[in-house]
Amino acid sequence: MLSQRIALPKIGRMLAGIGWGVAFVVGAWGVALRLLQGHESANYGSYIVWGLWVAAYIYFIGLSAGAFLLSALIYVFASKELEQIGKLALLVAVVTLIMALLSIWFDLGHMERFYYVFTRPSFSSMMTWMVWLYTAYFVLLLAELYFALRADLARWSLSDGWRRVVANLLLFGRRSLSERALRFDRMALRVLGSIGVPLAIAFHGGVGALFGTVLARPYWHTPLYPILFLTGALVSGGALMTAAVAFFWPKSDPNYTAMVQRLSMIVFLILIFDLILEWAEFSIPMWYGVGPEFDLLQKVLFGPFWWVFWILHVLLGTLVPIVIFLTQRSKPLWLGVAGGLIAVTFMAVRLNIVVPGLIEPQLRGLEEAYRHERLVFEYAPSLFEWQVVLFIVALGFGLFYLGRRLLPVISVAREEIA
Amino acid sequence: MGKAGPDRYSVGDMSTATIEKLDVLERMREELQRALKKPIAQRRWVMVIDLRKCIGCHACTIACIAENKLPPGVVYRPVITEELGEYPNVSMRFIPRPCMQCDNPPCVPVCPVKATYKRPDGVIEIDYNACIGCRYCITACPYNARTFDFGEHYSDKTPERAPYDEAPSFEYGRRWKREGERSPIGNARKCHFCLHRLEAGQLPACTTSCVGRATFFGDANDPESLVSELISKPNVMRLKEELGTRPKVYYLV
Repeated sequence: MLSQRIALPKIGRMLAGIGWGVAFVVGAWGVALRLLQGHESANYGSYIVWGLWVAAYIYFIGLSAGAFLLSALIYVFASKELEQIGKLALLVAVVTLIMALLSIWFDLGHMERFYYVFTRPSFSSMMTWMVWLYTAYFVLLLAELYFALRADLARWSLSDGWRRVVANLLLFGRRSLSERALRFDRMALRVLGSIGVPLAIAFHGGVGALFGTVLARPYWHTPLYPILFLTGALVSGGALMTAAVAFFWPKSDPNYTAMVQRLSMIVFLILIFDLILEWAEFSIPMWYGVGPEFDLLQKVLFGPFWWVFWILHVLLGTLVPIVIFLTQRSKPLWLGVAGGLIAVTFMAVRLNIVVPGLIEPQLRGLEEAYRHERLVFEYAPSLFEWQVVLFIVALGFGLFYLGRRLLPVISVAREEIA
Repeated sequence: MGKAGPDRYSVGDMSTATIEKLDVLERMREELQRALKKPIAQRRWVMVIDLRKCIGCHACTIACIAENKLPPGVVYRPVITEELGEYPNVSMRFIPRPCMQCDNPPCVPVCPVKATYKRPDGVIEIDYNACIGCRYCITACPYNARTFDFGEHYSDKTPERAPYDEAPSFEYGRRWKREGERSPIGNARKCHFCLHRLEAGQLPACTTSCVGRATFFGDANDPESLVSELISKPNVMRLKEELGTRPKVYYLV
């Protein structure tokens, strides 16, 4: 079996390891503060009541839904070029989902009561729907990952050493490699994928609807939101997969370049579609220069955080990747850089969804009616909030690394089993 | 009678009952007692605020904070000051903003765990022990009437916790002591028309403390009540009526 090491020189690997360790420790310190002092060190308040963590939540969950939809489409439509990356996509979807759930869990005022959404749910709430649907999605992801890896694990159980241990731990007794068993795996994958596609569309559309249904917030209250969330998920999740394949897939695979090109092409097309929707989202409320939404969008474009939109989203997240896609089509590593840029800067898009919806007082003059630092209409995340996100990111990288090392998620084209 | 004297107009001449009859609070207290005798579902609590009488003293804001032992950053009834016009042609207007106790409340259906609901008497209640602190309701309120309890105290960063930080509140008829991460810390909080005072036959703290008697409170299902009289006037308005939330707080303009 092919070496699964990241193709980095030794010194680079060492630096990456040190960087990861520092990020993990600094982040864990933030999490400790969160557990000991609650929300006291956070910068959001009672008016801008959702901040970095909610944005991180919709960001990570978008990455998960995007990576999953991509993998499900691969299984359902049996796309030959990309079939190999299905397992890696599932791993990415699981890891980013765990990151998303952690982000929103830390955001709760009473973390210990999270299970109330299951024991005393109210199905009038979009939030309940979202939680129930992403729980179903989580279960489905794990099942799909199991069936996708089972054949390889069954082969591992015949080998020696740690692979045998991992395989025995995860196989739940189903070790058969007969044609019938393999056919069952494929069928299970097809069925789960077919359930998964509508489920992922419903659950991530539901995240958009969670915002879109809020009458009190003209910035969010648009029927376009569920759709915008889905295209955003596909763009960011697809871009993340492009980067993951470009950087972490064995370059010795004869299909390597073709896969990266194929992925980046899909991302490029969805990105263009997403831009058209975004144009609608901005131009329609802004065209005549009047109205509450105009003022809010004006702040997004030209307010104190203008650079989040123009520099992070438009320049680094859109224009630069498009130029790379168009000019470096034959260089998979460059395509990976473009994907990575889109995936990372998509956090700016998510921040620009959550925060601007909350920055205008519902009644003029409220900001001066009663003065307290929690009762202001300005927000920038505190160091503590970034620390918690850093922890989640470090944890995500750690889980991805472990998954990639310990599970047979990478299978090189036409590879024969020893 | 007919006897002129230096103390003719002094309070000493009047009986206590007469003085109290002069105060609109006394009428509202009587109506409150009457309403409490009815089954809860037949009461319809409403508040009326006469903006022409409000002088912007913020006494209601403070009385509310004292009554409910509100911590820093939590406020149920701020008074908005609006400056109109340009110097020198300016005027000011004050708008107290309690919870509107909407008949069609946007904050209720968004709660994922049914921790906030409309009571039979129309008041929107929060069950602090059920609230998970997701703050979805806070985003859904078109009046910014809900605030989040971050667990702060007035005497933070001082050597000792002050007694007023330790005093329990009695919202919803229960005893709430804020310590550690216990509710109502980590919960959404808002005005509840001082339900615990109503149950004891007392008017809401904002109403009794209003020095200009600009805030009225009572049962709109009682045709004889003062509030019923006031909300049938043509100079009544409600905030953001176009949203269809049907607030139970009325403003006289």
